[in-house]
Amino acid sequence: MNKISLIIKREYLSRVKKKSFIIMTLLGPLLMAGVFIVPVIIGMKSHTEHNIVVLDETGIFQGKFKNNVDDNGLTFKAFTGTQNAGKDSVKSGKFSALLYIAKPAEKETPHPIIYSEKQPDINIKNYISKVMNNEIEKAKLTEQGISKDQLDAIKADVPITTMKINQSGQEEKSSTELAMGLGYFASIIIYMFILLYGVQVMRGVSEEKTSRIVEVIISSVKPFELMMGKILGIALVCLTQILLWIVLTTSIIGVFKTLVPDKFNITKTEQISTSNHGANSGTNIEKVSTPSSDKQMGNDILTSLSNVNVVQELSMFILYFLGGYLLYAALFAAIGAAVDSETDTQQFMMPITVPLIISIVAAQAVMQNPDGPLAVWLSIIPLTSPIVMMVRLPFNVPTEQIVLSLSLLVLGFLGTTWLASKIYRTGILMYGKKVNYKEMWKWIKYKG
Amino acid sequence: MDIFVANEVTKRYAAQTALNKVSINVPENSIYGLLGPNGAGKTTLIRIINQIIAPDEGELFIYGEKLQPKHTALIGYLPEERGLYKKMAVGEQALYLAQLKGVPKPVALKKLKYLFEKFEIQDWWNKNVEELSKGMQQKVQFIVTIIHEPKLLIFDEPFSGFDPINATLIRDEILELRRNGATVIFSTHNMASVEELCDDIALINKSKKILEGKVTDIKKTYRSNSYELSYNGYSENIFSLLPGGFTLLKESTVEHMRTAKIKLPANEGPNALLQLVLPHVEVHAFKEILPSMNDIFIEKVNENRESITANHS
Repeated sequence: MNKISLIIKREYLSRVKKKSFIIMTLLGPLLMAGVFIVPVIIGMKSHTEHNIVVLDETGIFQGKFKNNVDDNGLTFKAFTGTQNAGKDSVKSGKFSALLYIAKPAEKETPHPIIYSEKQPDINIKNYISKVMNNEIEKAKLTEQGISKDQLDAIKADVPITTMKINQSGQEEKSSTELAMGLGYFASIIIYMFILLYGVQVMRGVSEEKTSRIVEVIISSVKPFELMMGKILGIALVCLTQILLWIVLTTSIIGVFKTLVPDKFNITKTEQISTSNHGANSGTNIEKVSTPSSDKQMGNDILTSLSNVNVVQELSMFILYFLGGYLLYAALFAAIGAAVDSETDTQQFMMPITVPLIISIVAAQAVMQNPDGPLAVWLSIIPLTSPIVMMVRLPFNVPTEQIVLSLSLLVLGFLGTTWLASKIYRTGILMYGKKVNYKEMWKWIKYKG
Repeated sequence: MDIFVANEVTKRYAAQTALNKVSINVPENSIYGLLGPNGAGKTTLIRIINQIIAPDEGELFIYGEKLQPKHTALIGYLPEERGLYKKMAVGEQALYLAQLKGVPKPVALKKLKYLFEKFEIQDWWNKNVEELSKGMQQKVQFIVTIIHEPKLLIFDEPFSGFDPINATLIRDEILELRRNGATVIFSTHNMASVEELCDDIALINKSKKILEGKVTDIKKTYRSNSYELSYNGYSENIFSLLPGGFTLLKESTVEHMRTAKIKLPANEGPNALLQLVLPHVEVHAFKEILPSMNDIFIEKVNENRESITANHS
């Protein structure tokens, strides 16, 4: 078997067999799936039944509290009797709560009190205040001579649909938010993995140096083969983890979806609509809870999602991820080889992490203005392009820019690998010497 | 025939020259000692032989062929700075290193089993290296050095880190490898082991080779025509029996036996000395004092230092 493939195999197997890798690989998808699932579980919690008696001294809210709206598990019943009798029946456990609305003074807003044994949950309070606000507003509008319908007609809520026109003249429904989100997510993943696995390369090299095994190995293989074997082996570990994360996350969500299909959809669409209409949600109760508009919203997102070219995005992601990783991993390997112990790595890590941090910070600005000069330049320079280009990609980057950026990235990693191999070759055999940049420059100039 | 030849090898690092036109010839099936003070350039030469670094000038040949990457399979190297992956199982690791030397997996597995038993470490096959004692790690290291049955073995300070029992084990193993046809290049500061093991040596000092040859020849060249005589039955100073030109280097008495070390003039042989003393004393032992490698080493290095200082002034 080829020697470099032996090295790749060892680097790969010794890492994927580690407990920390297995834990990270399982925990990641759980966390990501959790982001989708936890809101659903929280929604399911509100199912607990509450029967509430209403003692309404104002008479305005008679029959306005509906039973079990949106499956919230609340039932309301008018109570005839005194406030104290009501409190007693709550104490005896006949009802879970008493809503007491005292008659307010002229022109004052009523001030309701909820009596219950346990602290009433936020759902109860929200629903009651929603209904009461609505009724009071209606009453005040009538006082002013405006009907609710008139008000709704005045209110404006402009829905914007974005359509992308592609080269063949077809129009596609697109979602700016979704595209932005996906791009940004991809860039964060690339940033995270370059840093995490770059440091793993550095540690691996430094381990070989400090344990003094390196001289035994490079009497059998070339130092360059050892370095590349390590970098490529760890790249495979990295890809394995990303792949497992994607597969596991989608399957966890998939399983959950089939277990509780209805709940999942409702909560999800509700979430989206409330966040979209968040600004004026107070007066828009009816609209929010109308199922038809929710479904519409959900379908829109789904259509947009299916319009994102998954194959293209994924292959771009892998290309940029690999390019970026190879470029940085070589530099990390050089550091690992140059220093004697991990504590000395700090000063050399700085110049490598700075461009990474700049790109992830710039990514947010790029998201706002994906075709501005900052965005274009950062997505072409090899040190920043893997992260910044991910953010720009959903906004239809001109092909020539992608080609330029990718070829520069390839040149970039060939360059850093060449540079790193020079430092690596000398560094791994150099013990007990305090290394600085001047020293490394000398190593680069050595021939042979 | 020489299995390995280095021809005027030079290696420079930015400011200093690590090797300056060093040539060595290693005869086949010999144990070749590479000697020299710290920083003389021994490790650089060894790394060049192992193709870990490339020389700036000069040529290297193995079996008459120019040294190439494919020849790493012919060479087994035990470096001075050696170690193993701490978190990897011993057996797995030995197998990996053997495969890197080009031994196919099934063959390597069979040989490792045999060698692990021979060195009595078979119980440690599945243990992590960090659980092993230093001596045991050295054994594993030694095994992976010889696993691919190299024709040329290079040991850099092989006995450091071994207790006397294991050092003897390794020494016997080196001798057995030589009996089976291997050639050994052996770098060390330990002059006793040089005298015991080496057939040939090269002495490197300040990046230059200053001495090379068979150990016996070198010793003959450096003999000083001195003899050690043990005798009794004479109460006077033995020096009074000797004519001018003879020098008494040292005299000592243990119980009734007296021992004198005498340097002869260049034109006199041992028989002349015996003829002079025999009528007066009872001789119990008589032998030539050959210089130890240690003495030669120190003498040559000092001589070299003086000549360098002389050239500079």
